[in-house]
Amino acid sequence: MELKLKPEEIRNDLVKKVEELAGVNVFACYQCGKCSSGCPSVPYMEILPNQVLRLLQFGKVERILRTNTHWVCASCFVCSTRCPKDIDIAAIMEALRQIELRKNQDYLIVRRIDTEEMKEFPPIALVSAFRKLTA
Amino acid sequence: MKIAYYPGCTLKSTAKNFEISAIAVAKELGIEFVELSRWNCCGTVYSMTSDDVMHHLAPIRNLIRVKEDGFEKVVTLCSMCFNTLKRANILVQREREKLDKINDFMYLENIDYAGDVEVLHLLEILRDDIGWEEIMTHVKNPLNGLVFAPYYGCLLVRPPEVAIDNVEMPYVLDRLFESLGAKAIDYPYSTECCGAYNTVSNPDIVLDRTYTMVNLARQQGADAIILSCPLCDFNLEARQKKVMEKYPDFHPLPVLYFTQIMAVAFGLPENTYGFEYNSINPEGIFKKAGERL
Repeated sequence: MELKLKPEEIRNDLVKKVEELAGVNVFACYQCGKCSSGCPSVPYMEILPNQVLRLLQFGKVERILRTNTHWVCASCFVCSTRCPKDIDIAAIMEALRQIELRKNQDYLIVRRIDTEEMKEFPPIALVSAFRKLTA
Repeated sequence: MKIAYYPGCTLKSTAKNFEISAIAVAKELGIEFVELSRWNCCGTVYSMTSDDVMHHLAPIRNLIRVKEDGFEKVVTLCSMCFNTLKRANILVQREREKLDKINDFMYLENIDYAGDVEVLHLLEILRDDIGWEEIMTHVKNPLNGLVFAPYYGCLLVRPPEVAIDNVEMPYVLDRLFESLGAKAIDYPYSTECCGAYNTVSNPDIVLDRTYTMVNLARQQGADAIILSCPLCDFNLEARQKKVMEKYPDFHPLPVLYFTQIMAVAFGLPENTYGFEYNSINPEGIFKKAGERL
């Protein structure tokens, strides 16, 4: 992935927003990769959790938002639990989802869910999916 | 002992087998579950963004109901309810400003919440208040010869501030199986995520994970996977039908709530097992162990 870094982009407003929403300092990350090695969802992610952190350090939030990574994250908290620098990576993923959802754009399009499927889902599946993936 | 009981939505619909068996097992052990006179959905997931106070209202309102009904402790069965209630509780204990904001918003409630309810999971009560030796004295039909995969999933053990056991190597279910006469496999996927709500948004992720996780449990010799979360149960049990469509070499494996195997081991009446709500009939495994059903 080719990146052009600009000093004025480092810790831009969008990065600050992520830091504020997630209560983290993205520069605490030293890229050990423990989050990505423990994450059970990495086979389905377009970029890995440690790459999300690296892009945040470079001020490239838009680049992250173009991927599916924060949507595939199921908030299992393995990354946050194992991070040696105590960075709440799961909360960063939530902040990224919120930044998108607050533009009133749903990730999960509810009307596209098959009606028969819909009947099978327990309340716990639907409510959690709506909470995490719809505006 | 009497304790306030918060069921949550799914225990009243697809996970009735969890509720029926848990209430019966608790009664056998001398615990009376008093269902909250009023309760609402906990929200299922804990809101992690710092400015989102609104979504903590639902869990905190339930904790007010616990106080209203005259209790200091509340027990949950569903892992997601447990996690959401406990995390919201810890948040308002730590951040006074947010607690005040929540109380201000809910000014019509009779009680101002003070962060003073203790949120417990049934497994904690079994271990800490009842004890394995006491549980062993209630076993009439030991589950000798049965081997189970203990599955904690995420929300009973993470994040560490809410964990009911060791975060990386929990063993409360292993101890429970031993008390009932059964054995636990050393299951690498014990605390691995089932894919959770991806089951709605990216169902293939869940099908692949269920295929891998159930297959390994089988290869390790497990007769069933034992768990505590209705969403894990949906993904690991109900979705096995779809896994079979995707992977023709897949063979189904029973999945049960920990309270169901307790009800069988205690020799409680069959109508407390709730097997009719299991999408994969688990009766066969108990016959294998020489149990009379």
